[in-house]
Amino acid sequence: MAKILMKGNEAVAEASIRSGCRLYFAYPITPQSELIEYMAKMMPKVGGVFLQAESEVAAINMVYGAAGCGKRTMTSSSSPGVSLKMEGISYIAGAELPCVIINVQRGGPGLGDIQPAQGDYFQATKGGGHGDYRLIVLAPSSVQEFADMASEAFDLADKYRTPVMILADGMLGQMMEPVEFKPAKTQEEIDELGKQHNSWCICPNEDGDKKHHHEINSLEIDPNVLEKHVNDLYAKYAVIEANELRYESYNVNDDNEILCVAWGTASRVVKSAINELKAEGKNIGLIRPINVWPYPYAAVKAAIGKKVKKVYVFELNTGQMLDDVKIAVEGKVPVDFWGKVGGIVFTPAEIKAKLEACFTKEK
Amino acid sequence: MKTELICAGFGGQGVLTIGKFIAKAGMKEGKNVSWLPSYGPEMRGGTANVSTVVSDEPIASPIVSYPDILVALNQPSIDKFGESVRAGGVLIINTNMCPKGCKRTDVQIIAAPLSDIATEIGSNLVLNMITIGIIIGKTGLIKYETMEEDLNSFMKAKNPDLLAMNLKAIKRGIEIGKQ
Repeated sequence: MAKILMKGNEAVAEASIRSGCRLYFAYPITPQSELIEYMAKMMPKVGGVFLQAESEVAAINMVYGAAGCGKRTMTSSSSPGVSLKMEGISYIAGAELPCVIINVQRGGPGLGDIQPAQGDYFQATKGGGHGDYRLIVLAPSSVQEFADMASEAFDLADKYRTPVMILADGMLGQMMEPVEFKPAKTQEEIDELGKQHNSWCICPNEDGDKKHHHEINSLEIDPNVLEKHVNDLYAKYAVIEANELRYESYNVNDDNEILCVAWGTASRVVKSAINELKAEGKNIGLIRPINVWPYPYAAVKAAIGKKVKKVYVFELNTGQMLDDVKIAVEGKVPVDFWGKVGGIVFTPAEIKAKLEACFTKEK
Repeated sequence: MKTELICAGFGGQGVLTIGKFIAKAGMKEGKNVSWLPSYGPEMRGGTANVSTVVSDEPIASPIVSYPDILVALNQPSIDKFGESVRAGGVLIINTNMCPKGCKRTDVQIIAAPLSDIATEIGSNLVLNMITIGIIIGKTGLIKYETMEEDLNSFMKAKNPDLLAMNLKAIKRGIEIGKQ
């Protein structure tokens, strides 16, 4: 299939439909509005459901219901809207249901602004909703990757019966890049995918046996039962932590003097600075976590070569992934941080200046 | 080879579209491309700009600090981005809306009354097509044939007159760019 020039918001919507999502519920918000617009246009054409809910809270609870039926379902929003969804996300995690949530982040806190930011890292990776639960969180850095992550997210959600979040930002949503799509799943394939959930979902079995009783619930009044449930959840999360670590190594080698760690949009800008400094003989590596939960701690630690004097973290927030990097580095070398907030994306020139300063200080 | 382009002007002048056509043509010619618009609570008459990158290598940052080409369709665009153009780069100025111009002497400046020329061709809507022509004529960043093929694909059947006007505008731009 030929490449198409598309906005990230549209590309991820198209890829979700191709992955078999037929139930989409959302409420509009900038900068992800093209996503909901695309779904409104395309879902009826594939026999799917597009529903603009009365609120974000309603939308996530519609996802809860659809996921309970064992169907591929999704919602999307931007930061303030995702905050509203947090209660529902906690319920879905507690009830162990598969679904996909897309957050096209914007500046916060509060209503903030509508420009790109990465201020929801804590919310996405450390909780956000109440209780002991985890989300698998995928962080794209290009339009192609944003699109590819749609099918990965649905597969992971099905495999582990857990909500999966794609944590993008306004820049990825609004920018256009060439994208190549995987072939769309046929109705037969989508039906087949649904069957893997027959043992627990609330839809009748194929044989028409309506007597079987499946309960979708996150309420466990008996503390002993709840304790076991949470422990079972965490046993599952441990499997995810073992199997689903993903990261990109960029120019990581034994002669790195600085190791950068950055994710999503921020990593693109850092790569440009690394390229420019490489031409000037300065050797800097980058680890880009692709999945930000589970976090590739070991990969970050392993990338610290003998000559690395400093690990430098760049984010479009005040230093949220920074905590994870510090855990990974285990105090082996100093960890520095620089970021921009307010929806302002740093430029390659700014990152280059920050990195150059590390070299001049040494001399 | 990597070319970074910023197009800026008033909303409604078609600056985002310039970037989009350049990116699409670059993609069709097998290059890596990115198109990053400014967005916000903006309206017709407000300011708009877009960063477009066309590169043989994978594109790291779609954010452009120092453009190789700046298209400035109004004075605020020169004031905002004029200083950032790389030395030796190309600065395309619409003199109709840039009374102060640009004082730089280390860049190649192409200044023309683009609004007047567009009206002369038939509509001020083709201003952005003239600009694309200038980019083609001056830098060869994309090919005329790719643009023609692209416009044909969605305009030929629907509106052949508009297609002819757009192609005329691109050709006129190429002449200006080659001067």
